[in-house]
Amino acid sequence: MLKISNVEKTFNPGTINEKKALNGINLHIEKGDFVTVIGGNGAGKSTMLNMIAGVHPVDCGSIVIDGIDITHLPEYKRAKYLGRVFQDPMTGTAADMQIEENLALAARRGKRRTLRTGITSGERAEYKELLKILGLGLEERLTAKVGLLSGGQRQALTLLMATLKKPKLLLLDEHTAALDPKTAKKVLEITEEIVSKDKLATLMITHNMHDAIKYGNRLIMMHEGRIIVDVKGEEKKKLTIAQLLELFEKASGSEFASDKVMLSKNRE
Amino acid sequence: MEILVQLLNALPGSFSQGLIWGIMAIGVYVTYRILDVADLTVDGSFATGGAVAVILILNGCNLWLAMLIAFIAGLLAGAITGLLHTCMGIPVILAGILTQLALYSINLKIMGKANQSVNVNKTDLLVSLRWVKELAFRNPLITVGVVLLFLILALYWFFGTEMGCAIRATGINLNMSRAQGINTNFNKVLGIMLSNGLVAFSGAFLAQYQGFADVKMGQGAIVIGLAAVIIGEAVFGKIFKNFALRLLSVAFGSVIYYIVIQTVITLGMDANLLKLLSASIVAVFLAVPYWRAQYASRHMRKQKGGKENA
Repeated sequence: MLKISNVEKTFNPGTINEKKALNGINLHIEKGDFVTVIGGNGAGKSTMLNMIAGVHPVDCGSIVIDGIDITHLPEYKRAKYLGRVFQDPMTGTAADMQIEENLALAARRGKRRTLRTGITSGERAEYKELLKILGLGLEERLTAKVGLLSGGQRQALTLLMATLKKPKLLLLDEHTAALDPKTAKKVLEITEEIVSKDKLATLMITHNMHDAIKYGNRLIMMHEGRIIVDVKGEEKKKLTIAQLLELFEKASGSEFASDKVMLSKNRE
Repeated sequence: MEILVQLLNALPGSFSQGLIWGIMAIGVYVTYRILDVADLTVDGSFATGGAVAVILILNGCNLWLAMLIAFIAGLLAGAITGLLHTCMGIPVILAGILTQLALYSINLKIMGKANQSVNVNKTDLLVSLRWVKELAFRNPLITVGVVLLFLILALYWFFGTEMGCAIRATGINLNMSRAQGINTNFNKVLGIMLSNGLVAFSGAFLAQYQGFADVKMGQGAIVIGLAAVIIGEAVFGKIFKNFALRLLSVAFGSVIYYIVIQTVITLGMDANLLKLLSASIVAVFLAVPYWRAQYASRHMRKQKGGKENA
């Protein structure tokens, strides 16, 4: 389904700020795989997602989705195949537009935008039903500006927008990191519900080891621009945080050093 | 008393002029508020509209066709700025200044000299300041008013279409727009084009109204446009929430601007100081939201500090 081969990326090459962010990434994701991605700061997790989404061009290597080579497609063209939710709740939605307008924009992802009406009355009814699934009461506020919503509500809406047109791959970049623990849990539950309902192939970055183990059927760990741990199926189900840390130390030859992850690993 | 009579006499004139500039202000609104960029092409494209219309009219072109061609000329001017920005990576303000400068030469070439007049006695015109006090359909208030309403409805429709929504989204959130498959560069160019089309259309009206097109007629237009947008929002922002009404409030903002200008001139202010006055007003109004935010955050800090000490 998704096939990343030998992707490399160096930021600011030839300068004092040179940073090798991706160091030969190879990853093969099957249809319906829900992969959690974990790693320390600067491990290259977000860079990998951004390469798939086309935010920055790759230095070398290729990215193929469902047989379509998207390596050199501009960001807006590959959006057709991808659903994305960002870390910052402000990034995923248009604050100054209504809830239904945001959904209507997402419903037209990958289609040519013409002079037809931006939102039909049929769509409105459909969105109302879809918003009920979130259980946040947004179905009563279709014409409210998104800027009035809380961070959690915005992330839930972004999630709905990302999956409204079933994407081939869903990219979640620490999409609960900016939320309080209770809201984060709720958004994660909604995530799992949507992903399992539509059997979406998903890449989810998280800094929470607990979540990384709890959700999905596969876990990869990154370090210095490489994928160093890849656990699937039964093995993944039985994984504990202690084992995970051990795996990391063995694979990387160093101790797991990320304050964010260490602090959050005991959080329930 | 005499001053009051003078003011009342001047009112229809400033009202008509305000409405004509209102069309330009709506163009500025499209870039400044919807697309969230400050496009300075306006100063050049306004004169381009006037120049194109006057030359076409002098050559016997149908009046409405001349207006349409002026609109298209504005679209092209906007396209240049848009392409300088998106394809050549030039910051949009600088791109606008470059186009504006280039348009000065182009406008001279269109007219053949620095200004061209059309005499309302010799040629048919859509609007003229001669008719401002007539109770007839050709009164500029009626002609411009009807066209303005039509334009507002057309824009209201357009920004509700898939294409229009994409432009709005581009102006609000680039990352989100690209993630939703919107070609943000294309939409920026489209928005800047539409804006300058409206500006040139307005210039075409003004040239007929005043009876001549001048290569400098757009000087400071962007400031007048911004003033109209800001005044409109300040006066009607609380009551006009609907998009069409917001466009209308921009046009009203322009009318208020011209009435204020007319008033201070009638009261005896030196006309040479007008641009200084306009610039100062716009500067202060642009600063108000910033000051308000600063005041609010300082206020918050004080309150927080107070609690900690208690």
